Amino acid sequence: MTIADSAAQAATAAPTDARTPVLQAKRLVKTYGHVVGLDGVSLELYAGEVLAIIGDNGAGKTTLIKCLTGAELPDEGQILLDGRPVHFKRPQDARDSGIETVYQSLAVSPALDVAANLYLGREIRRKGILGSVFRVMDIKGMRAKAKAQVLELGISTLQDVTVPVENLSGGQRQAVAVARAAAFGSKVVVLDEPTAALGVRESAQVLALVKRLRDNGVPVILISHNMPQVFEVADRIHIQRLGKRAATITPLSHSMTDAVAIMTGAARA
Amino acid sequence: MSQQSTPASTPTAQLDLAEEFIRRTTPMSVIRGTLHRYPAISPAVVLLVAVIVFGVINGRFLAPANLSLITQQVAVVGTIGVAQTLIILTAGIDLSVGAIMVFASMVMGQVAAVHGVPGWIALGLGLVVGLAAGALNGVLVTRFRLPPFIVTLGTLSIFVALTLLVSNGSTIQGNQMPALLTWTGDTFRVLGVDITYGVVMMVVLYVIFALILSKTAWGRHVYAVGDDVEAARLTGIRVNRLLLSVYVTAGAILALGAWIQIGRSFAASPNAAIDINLDSITAVVIGGTSLFGGRGNIWGTLLGALIVGVFRNGLALAGLDVLFQTLAVGILVIVAVGIDQWIRRVRK
Repeated sequence: MTIADSAAQAATAAPTDARTPVLQAKRLVKTYGHVVGLDGVSLELYAGEVLAIIGDNGAGKTTLIKCLTGAELPDEGQILLDGRPVHFKRPQDARDSGIETVYQSLAVSPALDVAANLYLGREIRRKGILGSVFRVMDIKGMRAKAKAQVLELGISTLQDVTVPVENLSGGQRQAVAVARAAAFGSKVVVLDEPTAALGVRESAQVLALVKRLRDNGVPVILISHNMPQVFEVADRIHIQRLGKRAATITPLSHSMTDAVAIMTGAARA
Repeated sequence: MSQQSTPASTPTAQLDLAEEFIRRTTPMSVIRGTLHRYPAISPAVVLLVAVIVFGVINGRFLAPANLSLITQQVAVVGTIGVAQTLIILTAGIDLSVGAIMVFASMVMGQVAAVHGVPGWIALGLGLVVGLAAGALNGVLVTRFRLPPFIVTLGTLSIFVALTLLVSNGSTIQGNQMPALLTWTGDTFRVLGVDITYGVVMMVVLYVIFALILSKTAWGRHVYAVGDDVEAARLTGIRVNRLLLSVYVTAGAILALGAWIQIGRSFAASPNAAIDINLDSITAVVIGGTSLFGGRGNIWGTLLGALIVGVFRNGLALAGLDVLFQTLAVGILVIVAVGIDQWIRRVRK
């Protein structure tokens, strides 16, 4: 396995590291009236890692993610992508920059097939007059690419990309959503509670997918409540507490009990 | 996960068995799955059976003159059905289709007959009326976030009133209008059957929209928005822009329907086609398109319109009173919606 590798990665991924983070947040502040959602949060995501974000309800996990993916504008602070400052005004901006998000609701269209869902909203048109004037889609081409994408991610449960998504199980649907994010998330893939609605086996499939995504070189931000899962896949764990970053730990340096203690304020990192 | 390769010994083996039981195929589930994938099958079967039965009951049913009559009776509802299908696919509904169509036809007839405007300009004005009416519905649905049912219930009354205002309640006869406006009622003969140009236009319209819905991103987005509007929004589809374009497109189709209507009745009448709102919804529903949006097929609507036309005509030829036609259409609608619900229960 890659435990040794990830340990090495975790060791080199300390804040003093010279590597440029793929995605970096510097002292983000976001307030909603009197409520402080984010109180100067910083975050670094490096190439080839799974960064888990954990925290109690109201700790600012969702707000942090919304700021990173363009769903919310931070009041203060800076977001850097590959070391360059970026300003996302809407989710489409983040998407155009290569940051893909898999929402809890999955955002798949049940009646459309797997390939159609993968390319929903960015359909490829045929070449020539058919595509430019008559706007005809390249359905065959999209199916072929979807199939290749699914194969590359090793999603064995999605053999047929022409099956309507509603005929798939919860785990397979999640796989469709993750595959779409992976296909277009050239820089970062963000997963919001990907296993919250899934059974044991389907969760395992999704976690395997997350690891494969990382092994393919795409860093992943994973938001989860499930400690065992977080400790299984994460290289580093960002613990959010009361709108601030309480600590960034690794599964090797801390135990699950330590993480929960930091999360609830019972201990310091 | 490599666990699946060794059954019985893995913790998930029992899950596999349970899942297999749920996903087992029975003859019923095969039928349901097929209908789910091809929603136009059931109306096609109903139409075929109806044609055979009515043909056996009364030999005149299959006579060329009668078949020609049925196609003409279906032309207007069929055309309006295209507009209604587009809107229902987005999980909306349009109660104002008939009122807009009649209003457009009155504007065309009025400017041509009373104000002496050339036919093609009258047609153009009708198109502008259709586009504007569709845009009004679309803006109310998207910008003001009102439910389509309420919006079109309101615009239904508005356009009925405008029609009376424009026409003063009087009908304009076909011979008062330029020939271009009634051209859709002219016929040509194919294999002994008289076909009107209006019927041809309707069929061409179906071909065009069948291609648009299945081959373009716009068509795919129409389905996606009706299927799950939040998911569509999150994937980057501009939902409001799409909905507005659907209502405006529907308006253009309604203007075309107005032209066909003038040819069909050789007149522009403010009292024409009062039933067409519900008839168009009936055709869409019988055609297997779901009122909940996101699934259905444009050809199903043509089949639905033909089924209603065939039933009305066949029952009349069989010597039954009009009330039985109405009764039959009512039963058809309920059966069609029942089948749709049954199909939708497929594997959740």
